[in-house]
Amino acid sequence: MSAENISSEVAALYDNNPANLIAMLQEIQSRNKNHYLPRPELEALADCLKIAVAKVYRIATFFKAFNLEPKGEHMVCLCVGTACHVRGADKILTALEGELGIADGGTTDDLKFSIETVNCVGACALGPVAVIDGDYFGELDGEKLPEILNRFR
Amino acid sequence: MKKIENAAQLDAYRKQCAAERDPDRAMIAVCTGTGCQAHGCDNVVEGLKQELVNAGLGDKVELKTTGCHGYCEKGPLAVVRPEGILYQRVKEKHLADIVNKTIAKGEVLDKLLFFDPATKERVKLEKDVPFYKLQERLVFGDNGYIDPTSIEDYLGIGGYQALEKVLTGMDAEKVVAEVEEAGLRGRGGGGFPTGRKWASAANVESEVKYVICNADEGDPGAYMDRSLLEGNPHAIVEGMMIGAFAIGATAGYVYVRNEYPQAVRNLQCALESARELGLLGENILGSGFNFDIHISKGGGAFVCGESSALIASIEGEVGEPRAKHIHMAESGLLGKPTVLNNVETWANVPLIINRGAVWYKGLGTEKSSGTKIFSLVGKVKNTGLVEVPMGISLRQIIFAIGGGIPKNRAFKAVQTGGPSGGCIPAEHLDMPVDFDALTELGSMMGSGGMIVMDDQTCMVDVAKYFVGFLKGESCGKCTTCREGLQRMYEILDKITLGTGTMADLELLEEMAPVIQQASMCGLGKTAPNPVLSTLRYFRDEYLAHINDKKCPAGVCKALTSDTQA
Repeated sequence: MSAENISSEVAALYDNNPANLIAMLQEIQSRNKNHYLPRPELEALADCLKIAVAKVYRIATFFKAFNLEPKGEHMVCLCVGTACHVRGADKILTALEGELGIADGGTTDDLKFSIETVNCVGACALGPVAVIDGDYFGELDGEKLPEILNRFR
Repeated sequence: MKKIENAAQLDAYRKQCAAERDPDRAMIAVCTGTGCQAHGCDNVVEGLKQELVNAGLGDKVELKTTGCHGYCEKGPLAVVRPEGILYQRVKEKHLADIVNKTIAKGEVLDKLLFFDPATKERVKLEKDVPFYKLQERLVFGDNGYIDPTSIEDYLGIGGYQALEKVLTGMDAEKVVAEVEEAGLRGRGGGGFPTGRKWASAANVESEVKYVICNADEGDPGAYMDRSLLEGNPHAIVEGMMIGAFAIGATAGYVYVRNEYPQAVRNLQCALESARELGLLGENILGSGFNFDIHISKGGGAFVCGESSALIASIEGEVGEPRAKHIHMAESGLLGKPTVLNNVETWANVPLIINRGAVWYKGLGTEKSSGTKIFSLVGKVKNTGLVEVPMGISLRQIIFAIGGGIPKNRAFKAVQTGGPSGGCIPAEHLDMPVDFDALTELGSMMGSGGMIVMDDQTCMVDVAKYFVGFLKGESCGKCTTCREGLQRMYEILDKITLGTGTMADLELLEEMAPVIQQASMCGLGKTAPNPVLSTLRYFRDEYLAHINDKKCPAGVCKALTSDTQA
């Protein structure tokens, strides 16, 4: 589907009302296999809504949930909320970065994995915890990590 | 089901729903909250279904998938009713025994019961487990009994009774007065009297008014709002409807984190089934009251928990707060009078209407009535959600309910109030927990996160963690918040690296009031709290980092002996 088609379909879903811009961007990003908002789609969306591209970018850059660069097929979301922090989430992050060879926020060259640190996934009993493609992996330690990642490789 | 047109029909349907819930019928209630999902409860549910069919009990025993029961530490949880036997850490290998022994023959499986380390005995019933025993689960307790996707379940336990009472026998002023008299205070953190908020919006003349539910639960380590939305969405919907009636609103919004997919799904489902029954929409119960609720999903910005930023976000703008010289009660969402309350606050409303202000006022302390749900996490044995009456001591929550510190290590502090709260040391463990006592201690109630820390937690690192979090979440509008937090973070980083000086401490203390006073919204105003409270109670640790180049807790990598050697 072309950028124009995706954007106009999503815009129509939300009554072409610019007040629903955040929901539209969420929808466009969720349909993208690399979890991001490609520029052509943002431009097409601005056209549909008859608003400036800058206005779309203002929202897309303000909210953390939106990515402007392609992300990996598998999102490794490591919880660094307070409960996980006091249980050593930073050590897990170091191990994770080493294992994948990318820094927090980065994406592997083959677009397989991205690392993202998130603030609390509400599974504090399992901390430190990571969510990969919607599945929870709890009580993490440096040894468990490679085995878990291998399941997605 | 055809639409319910008046109170008599609702009453009849409620009775029918209640009759279908035979209290003596065997039931297995499996917790499917996010915590138990992470523990693998989906397999437990599927497995139990199969085992019940295999045993020929498929239609005799009800398998209920409920929201969060609160005892996340021991998940997946299954409660066998009507006895109320609590099985914890249930795995697939246990399922055949649960069905063939407990359900079929009444044999209790000892190995799945809670083991009380104090008495060295196993505890059979959920209500006798120490974690639950001291709680008063008025708002949260229904989670364990209902399927959140079934409006019939909610009706069966007396749901929408408060709405009916309001629409058939109370005028708007009486509802506001009831909530005001009950002394309900905002559960999202501020502790502002809910009734007063409603009264000011009710007094403004306007054809269009709004109510909003703030479900943008962003405090790391706090997940009670999500568990309520996931486990009992109708209680929140009912609360919002009563609030809308009281102030004269015709539309409501729930602003919920997009990171909470199950909460969004269950809420969506609750709204749809309420609409189908005619409990949302036009002329509700024939009273002439029109009201509906929309969901607005957040974009992942912590600052959107702030009311004016949240409203901007619902309007499709960036979530920047605005100055509060114009009150939301006069000009809120789309310039109309608006009342915004937190999830837990709304969920308290039906309770107050059903049981009365006098009863509610009798719970908790003089100035903080009712109960509060806390998310008890960190270095504590029983991680989970606990609902206790206001005024209970921190010691009771952490030690009697929470079971104390794992490996019997020493308690160092409990952090309350989210990122902009404070750390409370052991000497204040016997303080009663309410809005005012926590503020007095340099912390705050916040939304109810309680993160327990032991002697292996470094307080300078904790302060740095929170300032780092807030620095990242500052919207950048006020210079003091944007730049001030950055500088505070750099100084704290320096101290954890062992290159801090005493002048740095002075600078932190000088900056804190400036950030507090010159920032516009709550984020900036409270951002220095973690630094100030750790300096107040744990100054020794800062001094050890600066003067002795040591991290007493052994956390700061640059200062621990193995990296120095």
